[in-house]
Amino acid sequence: MESTTAKHFHGGLHLDYHKEISSQSAIAACKPQQRYVIPLQQHIGAAGKVIVEKGQRVLKGQMLATTKKLISAPVHSPVSGTVIEIGKHAVAHPSGMEADCIIIENDFQDEWLERNPVGDNYHQMNSHDLRNIVRNAGIVGLGGAVFPTAIKQTEININTLIINGIECEPYITCDDRLMQERAREILSGADIIGHIIKARECIIAIEDNKPEAAAAIQAAIDEDETDFFQLQIIPTLYPSGSEKQLITLITGKEVPMNGLPADIDVLCQNVGTAYAIHQAVFKDEPLISRIVTFTGEGITQPQNLEVPIGTYIADCVEQCGGYSKDAYCMIMGGPMMGYSINSDQIPIVKACNCVLVSSSDEIQPANTEAHMPCIRCGRCVEVCPSKLLPQQLYWYSSTANFERAAEYHLFDCIECGCCTYVCPSQIPLVQYYRSAKSEIWALQADRKKSDAARARHEAREHRLLLQKQEREERLRKKKEALNRKKGKTEENELDAKKAAIAEALARVKKKKETQDIAPKNTENLTADQERQIREADQRRQHSQDQDDSAGK
Amino acid sequence: MLTVVVILLAVVAAIFGLLLGYSAIRFKVEGNPVVDQIDALLPQTQCGQCTYPGCRPYAEAMANGEAEINQCPPGGEATIAALADLLNVEVLPLNAEHGEAKETKTIVFIDEQTCIGCTLCIQACPVDAILGAAKQMHTIISSECTGCDLCIPPCPVDCIHIIPVEQNLNNWKSPLPNGGHSAPRAG
Repeated sequence: MESTTAKHFHGGLHLDYHKEISSQSAIAACKPQQRYVIPLQQHIGAAGKVIVEKGQRVLKGQMLATTKKLISAPVHSPVSGTVIEIGKHAVAHPSGMEADCIIIENDFQDEWLERNPVGDNYHQMNSHDLRNIVRNAGIVGLGGAVFPTAIKQTEININTLIINGIECEPYITCDDRLMQERAREILSGADIIGHIIKARECIIAIEDNKPEAAAAIQAAIDEDETDFFQLQIIPTLYPSGSEKQLITLITGKEVPMNGLPADIDVLCQNVGTAYAIHQAVFKDEPLISRIVTFTGEGITQPQNLEVPIGTYIADCVEQCGGYSKDAYCMIMGGPMMGYSINSDQIPIVKACNCVLVSSSDEIQPANTEAHMPCIRCGRCVEVCPSKLLPQQLYWYSSTANFERAAEYHLFDCIECGCCTYVCPSQIPLVQYYRSAKSEIWALQADRKKSDAARARHEAREHRLLLQKQEREERLRKKKEALNRKKGKTEENELDAKKAAIAEALARVKKKKETQDIAPKNTENLTADQERQIREADQRRQHSQDQDDSAGK
Repeated sequence: MLTVVVILLAVVAAIFGLLLGYSAIRFKVEGNPVVDQIDALLPQTQCGQCTYPGCRPYAEAMANGEAEINQCPPGGEATIAALADLLNVEVLPLNAEHGEAKETKTIVFIDEQTCIGCTLCIQACPVDAILGAAKQMHTIISSECTGCDLCIPPCPVDCIHIIPVEQNLNNWKSPLPNGGHSAPRAG
């Protein structure tokens, strides 16, 4: 098949693809299992809040956890059954740590929540309502980044919609099989996305190593009457499936640094995402299952399974005939970007496109021994699709010089693994970059926290100061009031005293005046009256004398 | 000729003098900008282990040359290195008099069964990270707790415990590969 693009991106690698191992058989449905483990956070963004209770019966498709936070996606029950546990459970993560999960016991009734599919009526719906359907269905980017799809579709009037069917990573064939078997649904989903973002054209991109998928998509396009869809065949080169690289391949334009594809009028979505959107709109089915490739020499019957989210990897492997005697190492994702996991008792999540069980000579496990020093050969620079300087990034990341690493555009690294693949010293370069990135994120989080602490401390100091001033002011006022009152009473007292003194003085004066005035009835007395006065005076004198002598 | 030159120079000097005088008023810098820069590097735990009553007073002391750069245990080596870089001085080892750097980050937790609601810890908390009222149970707002441990000494019933910050998928750090250099920090 001829490729129909002349544009290309920097670097890239031709790899051994091993896709034939799993691409030969049709997608099989995963058998119902006893137990499903649904992690609350299967996407980039905030984890949902649990809206069911332990012991509650839930129906298939029922929402289990959601949040109003913008960048988030709800999770739903893949079966009908009972919530038997809400708590920590091992999940697929390079740290091997546990995370909050809802565990559901299947009742094998397969009883759906009531469904009201919008169907073809979506043509009459506005972007906002359609986006809400996408959001409530818990749809996230199924290419691996698991970014909530509804957020990606907020920009409208985007010229070009690219449906990514590249699947450039070795071994993985889930998108290949999906395109071969469900091309019409993918186009229908793409049409819905196109309607949401009001796109003018839709390009479906497929690598030239998947001719059957391309033929199926072409057949579906031929059935379509509009000329909205267009198939573009891309030469096989890793990592053309990466969003930024694919956009460069198709449009010849580069997504600006720290920018979004929308900045150059493009939106890119995976074929799996388009299929999930079709299911949500035409069947009212939330994202409760996905196609997962089980492959590698360690699996007896490698194939693609349609797996309900939350199924244990062990249960899926069992359906693929179990592990072969060569099974050596289990990788979540592909050999280039995946990470090894050391347990199969962990659930399949929305991000999981492939479980690779390799034999010991199939894939060299990640170099954990001390590696050789960098010899500055520059081969990593030649292959880097993001046009970075991997050896400089390695130097700064390994010496914890994070500012310099960031200056050398560490965050433009897509962790494709090309540099690690070609490194003659077998330096696990991407591991250094991941470490440096998480250190920088931790530093940023610390900075944010200390800024918040500073603000809170300053607010507290300010509040305490205000309180102190207020208290002082209150005290001052009280004192003043008291003083005023006190002053008043003193004045009153003074006045009273003065008045008393004046009164006393007046009395004395009056008395004096009265003493000075002789009694008027003593003038012109008769002899008899004078004799009576004399006698009275004598009596008084006498009694006074007696009193005096008695007192002595 | 000479007088002309002298007058000209005097005029030029006067113009520049006015210009400088004007800019000194117009573009006056409030406070010491170095203090802000130092304060930005400090961890803002407000723990007082540096003997100053908070991070900003310590930053001011450093700016005035009254304090060394190695008095901040919560900041540890990284902060000392950053301060040395900013102030262009030698990197010093952490002064053990002020305490040791913690191995892991911690916050505190109030055992609500034991708490008697005395509000003493609330008064001690420098960042208002404790919620409660008199005779009401208190609790730590864990997202705001800086791990300064200042609330522990005032507690009359010893109901405040130090716990490590929870490790989860969101704050997990991807490790360096084995055999990688682990130099603390290149200057």
